[in-house]
Amino acid sequence: MNIDLRFPLGLLFIVFGGLLTLFGLFTDRAIYERSLFINVNLWWGLVMLLFGGLMFFVAWKKLQAKKRS
Amino acid sequence: MQSSNELRWIDYLIILIYFIFVLGIGFVLKRFVKTSADFLLSGRSIPAWIAGLAFLSANLGAQEVIGMAASGAKYGIATSHFYWLGAIPAMVFVGIFMMPFYYGSKAKSVPDYLSLRYDEKTRAFNAFSFATMTMMSSGISMYAMALLLQTIHIFDAPFRALGLPNSWVFHVSIISSAVIVLGYIYLGGLTSAIYNEVIQFFLIVAGFFPLVFLGLVNVGGWSGLTQKLPAAYVHAWRGMDNAQHNLLGVDWFGLVMGLGFVLSFGYWCTDFLVIQRAMAADSMASARRVPLIASVPKMLFPFLVILPGLIALALMNPVIQNAASPDQPNQSVQPVEIQPDKQGIIPPQTNPETGEVVKDKSGKVELDYNMVIPNMLLHYFPSGMLGLGLTALLASFMSGMAGNVTAFNTVWTYDIFKAYIRRDATDANLLLVGQLATFFGVALSVAVAYFVAAFNNIMDVLQLVFAFVNAPLFATFLLGMFWKRATGHGAFFGLISGTVAAVVHHGLTISAGSTPGVKGAWIATVHTYPSQMAQNFYTAIYAWTVCFLVTILISLFTKPRREEELKGLVYALTEKATETGGRWFMRPVPLGIGVLILTLILNLIFR
Repeated sequence: MNIDLRFPLGLLFIVFGGLLTLFGLFTDRAIYERSLFINVNLWWGLVMLLFGGLMFFVAWKKLQAKKRS
Repeated sequence: MQSSNELRWIDYLIILIYFIFVLGIGFVLKRFVKTSADFLLSGRSIPAWIAGLAFLSANLGAQEVIGMAASGAKYGIATSHFYWLGAIPAMVFVGIFMMPFYYGSKAKSVPDYLSLRYDEKTRAFNAFSFATMTMMSSGISMYAMALLLQTIHIFDAPFRALGLPNSWVFHVSIISSAVIVLGYIYLGGLTSAIYNEVIQFFLIVAGFFPLVFLGLVNVGGWSGLTQKLPAAYVHAWRGMDNAQHNLLGVDWFGLVMGLGFVLSFGYWCTDFLVIQRAMAADSMASARRVPLIASVPKMLFPFLVILPGLIALALMNPVIQNAASPDQPNQSVQPVEIQPDKQGIIPPQTNPETGEVVKDKSGKVELDYNMVIPNMLLHYFPSGMLGLGLTALLASFMSGMAGNVTAFNTVWTYDIFKAYIRRDATDANLLLVGQLATFFGVALSVAVAYFVAAFNNIMDVLQLVFAFVNAPLFATFLLGMFWKRATGHGAFFGLISGTVAAVVHHGLTISAGSTPGVKGAWIATVHTYPSQMAQNFYTAIYAWTVCFLVTILISLFTKPRREEELKGLVYALTEKATETGGRWFMRPVPLGIGVLILTLILNLIFR
């Protein structure tokens, strides 16, 4: 009866991951001095995007299977 | 602090999206709330994995996250005892042995179980003390978080722009978190709280994992840490033979009995805040799996929450450890001396009113270990990730608060209102009372937060009172579930005498270096413990033992209940839950054994 939690969870991570990835792509390298010159926004943004996408995909798959049966 | 620590638009945007999102979940779930059971118990419809992560997350309040990192910097990896010795075995125990009675008895809450198993006075004692404590601890954590956000000064810019003083950061933190938590619980009830807790869990991981990663890269991994810190900080079990030989200042018996048994089992097996999540599960099999599923990430959490403390200490440690120095485990240990530096990751404590540096009796500067997590976020995270890290911190704060509020409204509705105020209340009445209790619960938390802010010392007293009331509880439940002869009179007077024993023990003992008063020995000094932690652990041990013995003694002299009435409530009179179906490794017993073996391995690695 409830909505699948993976939908909102996936959505939030897609939004956050997307924002961080874009921000990481367009920012000046100087701000990464604190993070040991690793572009954490870009890399972690991509990881979050992947996780969010996976959650969303699984939830969508389940919903399709439920609709069919 | 320098302007580079000011937040940028992306950080505010991330925090704002998060706030909108949690409220949105409340709005979406609103249409599923039709009865009081939907609102307060999630209609017993939550899948095991969701309830499991919420079980973990409800406990993972900001005080836990901040406190564990602080302990990591203070005591080193031995802080992991709170997880690998304390929480995990208790979580396995509650899942395998206790959940059949909590869930199977159809009790609506932990106090409700006490009324089914014992009698009304035992339930009333537990319900009132629990309801009071949830509000107090919710208020205390609100205060602590708001103070922290004010102290790190990163939210100053918008307030400056509006011409408001820095103290407004405190007010806005409290009011906005109260409104948001109230909003999403009021709309979607327990389901909304649980859904948000799971999201908060993933956010905490997402915010802290990169922090630990960057920190470890910076100090050269675990081997780098072991080179930069004295051995006592990187071994959990070393020097446990004697309280002088380890940083906790506790001997092995106090640690294992006090923390590993009494306190941890008392919390994880009886506290409705966590048990409520398991009781919301969709079936008995799920309910039993909930604490076990929670224990898997719990096992790994020391790496996320304790390591930042160790890394901070390594960055601050001025002494380069001599790797060639002989390894002498059974020796007195001294904590690392840090140069007090206001810009440092572990800054000196300052008086919130005067701004002066706090010093102890011997004139040494006291350090503010609670600043470890926020300062580590500022140290390693650029704009963008910083917003995510702060969101993780805010998420942990809200999940802890929501846990308290949802436990409070349920106990208030079923165990106080329905039990003692209006026995004939209809379900529509109960739903309304539950919603009102949510509102008043949040309002009370805010009141407590301001009360604590006004009387700073009251916090220690309140936490002391919680410890007194909680310490004996596990004895009552253990006897209730596994000894059919235990009676209501026995349980009630056992609880009272256990609490009294805790009070008396505290009044007669003190920790080394403390002044009599709120730290103990306010009756007389009979015994001095090497540390406050040791004193706390032994207070719990005495309280538990007295409760255990008094309950047995009084039970033997009072009339037991008929066995038919205790079916489903006591081990010997309940059909054993047989787990069939499902993959074998997802059944409670194999899952529990697996978790215990992994925990043992972790203990051995970090011994």
